[in-house]
Amino acid sequence: MKNESLKKLGGILGPFIGLILVLAIFSLMPEISGRFLRLANFKNVAIQSVIVALSALGMTLIIISGGIDLSAASNLALSCVLVAYFIQAGFSPLLAALLGMLSGGLVGFLNGFLVTRLRVVPFIVTLGMMGMARGLAKWVARNQKIDAPLTWLNNLMARTPRPSWLVLSPGIWLMIILAVVVGLLLRKTVFGRHIFAVGSNEMTARLCGIRTDRVKLAVYTISGILCGLAGVMEFSRLTVGDPTVAMGLELDIIAAVVIGGGSLSGGEGKISGTLIGVFIMAFLRNGCTMMGWPNYFQEIIIGAIIITAVALDRLRHRQE
Amino acid sequence: MEQKFILTARSLSKSFGLTPVLKNVNFELKSGEVRALLGENGAGKSTLIKIFSGALKPDSGLMSLDGQPYGPESPLEGRKNGLAVIYQELNLAPHLTVEENILLGQESQRLGFLNKKKNRQKIKQVLEFLGHPEISPDIPVRKLPIGARQVVEIGRALVSEARILVMDEPTSSLSQEDTRRLFEIIHRLKTEGVGIIYVSHFLEEVMEVADTFTVLRDGEVAGSGEMAGTSMEQLISLMIGKRLEELYPEANYQPGEIILKVGNLRGQRMTAPVSLELRRGEVLGVAGLVGSGRTEFLRTVFGLDKLKEGLLIISGTEFKPQHPRASINNGLGFLSEDRQAEGLALKMNISDNLTLSRLDFYTRRGFLDQQKQKASAWKWIGQLAIKARSPEQPVWTLSGGNQQKVALARLLHQQAEVFLLDEPTRGIDVLSKAHLYELIVELAMKQKAVIFVSSYFPELLGVCHRIAVFHRGKLVDIRMKEKWTEESLMKAAIAGSLELKEKIDRME
Repeated sequence: MKNESLKKLGGILGPFIGLILVLAIFSLMPEISGRFLRLANFKNVAIQSVIVALSALGMTLIIISGGIDLSAASNLALSCVLVAYFIQAGFSPLLAALLGMLSGGLVGFLNGFLVTRLRVVPFIVTLGMMGMARGLAKWVARNQKIDAPLTWLNNLMARTPRPSWLVLSPGIWLMIILAVVVGLLLRKTVFGRHIFAVGSNEMTARLCGIRTDRVKLAVYTISGILCGLAGVMEFSRLTVGDPTVAMGLELDIIAAVVIGGGSLSGGEGKISGTLIGVFIMAFLRNGCTMMGWPNYFQEIIIGAIIITAVALDRLRHRQE
Repeated sequence: MEQKFILTARSLSKSFGLTPVLKNVNFELKSGEVRALLGENGAGKSTLIKIFSGALKPDSGLMSLDGQPYGPESPLEGRKNGLAVIYQELNLAPHLTVEENILLGQESQRLGFLNKKKNRQKIKQVLEFLGHPEISPDIPVRKLPIGARQVVEIGRALVSEARILVMDEPTSSLSQEDTRRLFEIIHRLKTEGVGIIYVSHFLEEVMEVADTFTVLRDGEVAGSGEMAGTSMEQLISLMIGKRLEELYPEANYQPGEIILKVGNLRGQRMTAPVSLELRRGEVLGVAGLVGSGRTEFLRTVFGLDKLKEGLLIISGTEFKPQHPRASINNGLGFLSEDRQAEGLALKMNISDNLTLSRLDFYTRRGFLDQQKQKASAWKWIGQLAIKARSPEQPVWTLSGGNQQKVALARLLHQQAEVFLLDEPTRGIDVLSKAHLYELIVELAMKQKAVIFVSSYFPELLGVCHRIAVFHRGKLVDIRMKEKWTEESLMKAAIAGSLELKEKIDRME
């Protein structure tokens, strides 16, 4: 019994040690040790993580179900542009945000629809959608940034939250709450178990009476809505609708899931692991920036970490 | 030809950790001999093969090849020494052609360029020798049927001038026709002086093809000798370590009301419509060759294959199978012939695999009650005597027989009334088979209904109440078990029957 629970922990122990290691290394750097391990810096990193984390929650569901979504970042950018567009057009901020999430959901639904109906592999469907969503975002924005008046939406990602009793900015709270919700969905509901089953062996799932197409459709749609929400957060941060925002971010999102123990062949993945993956990358960026190391240096380190994390994970599997 | 020992092994032992897997195993093989290596799952057969091939090293013991000490460090070295293993899962590159696959790694070349003519010549020779000159060297392997792929694999071993061939369950996915052709190849290889170690669960085949046998039990040699003069009962007794009184359970069938009526049902992949009736409390066997349409029929009934015409009547209500969900809700349960690829989600644990088709049972206010789910899994593990440490153990860690029990437990758990079992005993050991037969008969005694598809006719004759035969997509004959013999079943399966229509008319 004890052994089993230890094994469960083993799944996220690896990424967790990785995170501790990253924190330890930077806090030992004499140049920044005073500033790095500060609450203010942690809040800073948390805010920087919100956008990737929200999209990564959905990506975790998709990857566990055996799929992939390359259109996540474009989807996010489209939502960001639409929110700005609607606010500029005089819509209320709440309605604009909801419409942004709706667009995200629609793109996700379309992904799921094409994957299940055309029987084209998710990599290709979402690769196509990546271009289409990005193009649409540029079209809506007439290939430039959309300025929008400041509203309460822009407080969502503020460093010092208003009202101050919130302690953390609303975006961070949203990230925490949604992580718990999606985590519960995945671990404690029948739908969650069906997602695992579809990713583990789709034929078995079908045999057991699971409507695999519906499960996939739902997973892509939920993930799309979360990307749409991430787009709202992006708008909140930028205060403009930028169609070129988050270029290549889909790879960070996928990397976070994979570092956290998600398997691209499906059936494996954890929300806690994904969040740790997000934080590992965020702290690395943060630490490197504080050290004044150039951008290319960060890219090399993060690339190496992705490979190391997955290699270690495979090793663990082989030992089992 | 004078036969001499080409491979001998003296007191081989091997342990994994503290568990001994092989204990003082002696083994010998003559040139031109087919020696069957038998034993239940976990008896140590695969470990022994791996030691022969060089994939594993023994802890102690000696081997010799042609009188020379032999201790390969790797499978490559084993191969260089003339020992080739043909595994159950064939090791072929699907996109390469027959020629490229056979010659892979041993192409004739000049200065790095392929010597096309010489290669082609070699291939022609090999395919002709194997009695398959019709296989084109230029066809990609993925387009070949499974039987022909095996020929390619054997061809590869021949080109490397193997003198010892280890065949691990070579017929498990072959049709009877392909199996017969494989045996012809084995006879040719024998005349060339190749020694063959033949591992298989199918004892009838083993008795037909092998000259001698070695039976392993719990890592020790339980017995060995000449195949001639040894009965199947003796072999099974050696394998399971006790006398086998009766492999098939006694059954006193008392069929009740009709539970399933299939009316002119035709699925996407079925060539002809099928009609039959199934009563509560009976086991209906379905015999036929591989590809005769049995599997397609079951899959259509269960809603896995698209329905083209016809319908089912389950307990008096009409039902059109469209999706497994609806079928499960109507009391149907289906066991796939391919438990690895379809039947089970190997990476998921026992508890999830067992309850996956009826998870709703464990929800409370939207959440899954995992304690209840696990408790239920424990119950079934106990009832079916599944050898497992805990319900959270991944299914791939179980033996084939225990995996199959999990798959069957799922149907019991979903409270199926009609059990559609497609080759339930394929690739599992004798003891598990015996247990499965008992479970199947027990189902009928509890007034459930079972359709039992099998390519192994003795088990159908041993277990079923009635037996139907499929031939080229048609149900050609259906009779009480007593009216069938193994010969008549085989005849009907191979040749079909013309009296079909009259028979069905008479039944109605």
